[in-house]
Amino acid sequence: MRNYVMRRALNLLFVLFIVSILIFLLVRLAPGDPARVMAGEHASPEALAAMRKEWGLDKPVIEQYIIWLSHAARGDFGRSIQSHESVLTELLLRFPNTFELSLFAMIFAVLIGLPAGIVSAVRRYSIFDYGSMVIALFGVSMPVFWLGIMLLMIFGVKLDWLPIGGRLSVYTSLRPITHFYLIDSLIELNFPAFWDTIKHLILPSIALGTIPMAFIARITRSSMLDVLHQDYIRTARSKGLNENIVIRKHALRNALIPILTAAGTEFALLMGGAILTETVFSWPGIGTYIIQAVNARDYPVVQGSVIFVAFLIAIVNLLVDLTYAYIDPRIHYK
Amino acid sequence: MKKLLIFLLVIAFVAVTFAGCAPKEKAPVTMVFAKSGDAVELDPADVTDGESITVMDNIFEGLVRYKPGSTDIEPCLATSWDTSPDGLAWTFHLRKGVKFQDGTPFNADAVVFSYERQRDKDHPFHKYGKWEYWGWCFNEIKKTEKVDDYTVKITLSKPFAPFISTMAMFTMFVVSPTAANKWKDQWFTHPVGTGQFKFVEWVKGDHITLEKWDGYWGEKPKIDRLIFKVIPDASARLLALQKGEVQGMEFPNPDDLKTISSDPNLTILSKPGLNVGYLAMNMGEDTSGFQKPFADVRVRQAINYAINKKDIVDNLYKGTAVVAKNPIPPTLWGYNDSVQDYDYNPKKAKELLKEAGYPNGFKTNLWAMPVSRPYMFDPKRIATAIQADLKKVGINAEIVSYDWGTYLQKTENGEHAMCLLGWTADYADPDDFLYVLLDPDAATVGSAGNVAFYRNPKIHELNMEAQSTTDHNKRIELYKQEQVIIHNDAPWVPIANAKQTLVFRNNVKGFVLYPTGDYHFNTTYIEDKGSK
Repeated sequence: MRNYVMRRALNLLFVLFIVSILIFLLVRLAPGDPARVMAGEHASPEALAAMRKEWGLDKPVIEQYIIWLSHAARGDFGRSIQSHESVLTELLLRFPNTFELSLFAMIFAVLIGLPAGIVSAVRRYSIFDYGSMVIALFGVSMPVFWLGIMLLMIFGVKLDWLPIGGRLSVYTSLRPITHFYLIDSLIELNFPAFWDTIKHLILPSIALGTIPMAFIARITRSSMLDVLHQDYIRTARSKGLNENIVIRKHALRNALIPILTAAGTEFALLMGGAILTETVFSWPGIGTYIIQAVNARDYPVVQGSVIFVAFLIAIVNLLVDLTYAYIDPRIHYK
Repeated sequence: MKKLLIFLLVIAFVAVTFAGCAPKEKAPVTMVFAKSGDAVELDPADVTDGESITVMDNIFEGLVRYKPGSTDIEPCLATSWDTSPDGLAWTFHLRKGVKFQDGTPFNADAVVFSYERQRDKDHPFHKYGKWEYWGWCFNEIKKTEKVDDYTVKITLSKPFAPFISTMAMFTMFVVSPTAANKWKDQWFTHPVGTGQFKFVEWVKGDHITLEKWDGYWGEKPKIDRLIFKVIPDASARLLALQKGEVQGMEFPNPDDLKTISSDPNLTILSKPGLNVGYLAMNMGEDTSGFQKPFADVRVRQAINYAINKKDIVDNLYKGTAVVAKNPIPPTLWGYNDSVQDYDYNPKKAKELLKEAGYPNGFKTNLWAMPVSRPYMFDPKRIATAIQADLKKVGINAEIVSYDWGTYLQKTENGEHAMCLLGWTADYADPDDFLYVLLDPDAATVGSAGNVAFYRNPKIHELNMEAQSTTDHNKRIELYKQEQVIIHNDAPWVPIANAKQTLVFRNNVKGFVLYPTGDYHFNTTYIEDKGSK
């Protein structure tokens, strides 16, 4: 097990190295000189030259890469061209926002998707089965920004139950410690802030969780159907086991691996920041940060964020792989 | 699992109970304004983006400022100023008894610090910023010196009358030297100025909170707290405003304006800003994109007659702009309203083309920006409309586009025959349009601001005279003359001046729109009655 994790860690370093080369070249291959884009209609040739010099863009690409890599290896992703702010500081500030939202979206997706999938499989070809699969199809094909705006209109404005985006009402004060607002509010015993955070999480979690939910429901259904046709299930039933136990203990546990893979992949993707959801719900996460940086050709931010997100995705994948062994005792890592 | 659920329920219950019995005190008057993006940083001399500037307008002040709602200059931190006869030395007499929000007294040292840190590469604070605007707009300043505690002398390298307009720019806001030296490279997130509101907190990507500053030297603001909340999506901004979570917003969707105007709870404020979107025709024979027809003034006038600008403004700008007839916007002093615009007249256009020797028109290209700019939201569709208009008079224009950075560079090289472009002024002075965009000085191939490569020596002469005289009325006359000449020479088709549009709840009163696009909330108040 330890060997396996070590090997995966080395593997991860290699992946990050390749990603770093790719992203470094990609941002530089993209047309448009960042100094020009930043200066817009302004800028004399002298001012442009000064800007390029300040950002080190006048050096050869290889040299730029080596300088950048030597800093990045020490955890220094440089400073944003636009704002001076350290890229890592900014990412660490935004990561809790993205994580909190992704987590809630996944909780929503699993809480609804998993049972729906199970019931659909057990009552195959029933009205419930058709109904939930049609809903799942809708869920997968729903444009997130449209769903987001609809949720806001209905629950935010018409019914006036929930707020219009943001992480916390501007009237609620909370001293950030970990920047995970739910944790911070509990540490401070600031219950109004805790409640406010929950209220702000609900709609974006639903919007962001709908596609993973539909996906999980469909995977669960097909995976469960596979398992339910196995001989040992028939055996379990014929020896008179309670149907509930057959499904929960015998079938579901064996059907879980593909479901977990799907959920893990979805979660990893969410961690990269959900640009549309973040935009509609004014959620200051990693996605909007990267998009702004790409538009402004803010090289250090784009590079740093992509590496950061690649790292997160790799870690989530590793965790998912390790969970397999826990769920299925037949799996051993050497 | 069950235990966790019970725990959460208890917490929620306690939370609701506690929330209900907070002691009631008089709530501060709070104005929440929804912005489309977060500020980039809060050092006024180091920013180039509107989202940062509109926040800092309320924290900082300069030596002079624009009169509310206009482009005229009035005293602010300086009570008066005088110019040496050669126009090189400007002496500012500073207001006494003013303090920064951190208690530091405002004096000549603060002014010298604020300006010299940008200009002087050896200044200890210089390394903490990029000072881009200094390079763009303040190259003519040789140095800033303290004469005595309340007098400052700024020396220019050449006489430059628009200097006084540039002094009202955010770049020239005066910052607290104590706070700047204390925070050093973190100063840009801890702004301290002399303005009506003091900085409280900045939750990145979410909101910036300011608070009424009780030590302000002039009339104090009527709201206690001013919060700029970031809501990037225009539809979500409007929902928050309709619900009353915010009291004002910027950049509504043009498509939503009808809904907004029929909502009894909302008010629209709108005014042309200091910008112009135009079509430039390349007259530079030394450029690679030059085509012979454009050397003929009749062809350029014909194109002016051929384009239906009103249609473009009504249908593509969706009413968020006014038709432009001059290179400077109508809200700027010096605007010549007596210029008679070319009307939409394809027949007349054809006649002129025939006279010029192109009875069957000609083939050319029309460049369109790849991005939406404040002065032109949808350049590609506007280009298509212009293409269709030109086709009607026999001119076949092929639409060309590049990525934004390349587009700017190539138009400055003069690789186009006709190109769409525009300008948002940095300071309210006709010089920032007529010199920057139409003077022969600005028509250098490779770095042209004058992408029509229009080189009329008379324009240069008038520009130079207007730059060197500080007589305001004389300057107005000179710029009016220029507009007539430019109208007749027709190097451009001025298309539109985009309006800035803000929407407020209708109980918000007293907000004044500035042509410069600045947001000053010092006169804003919220009426008690009215909707939530």
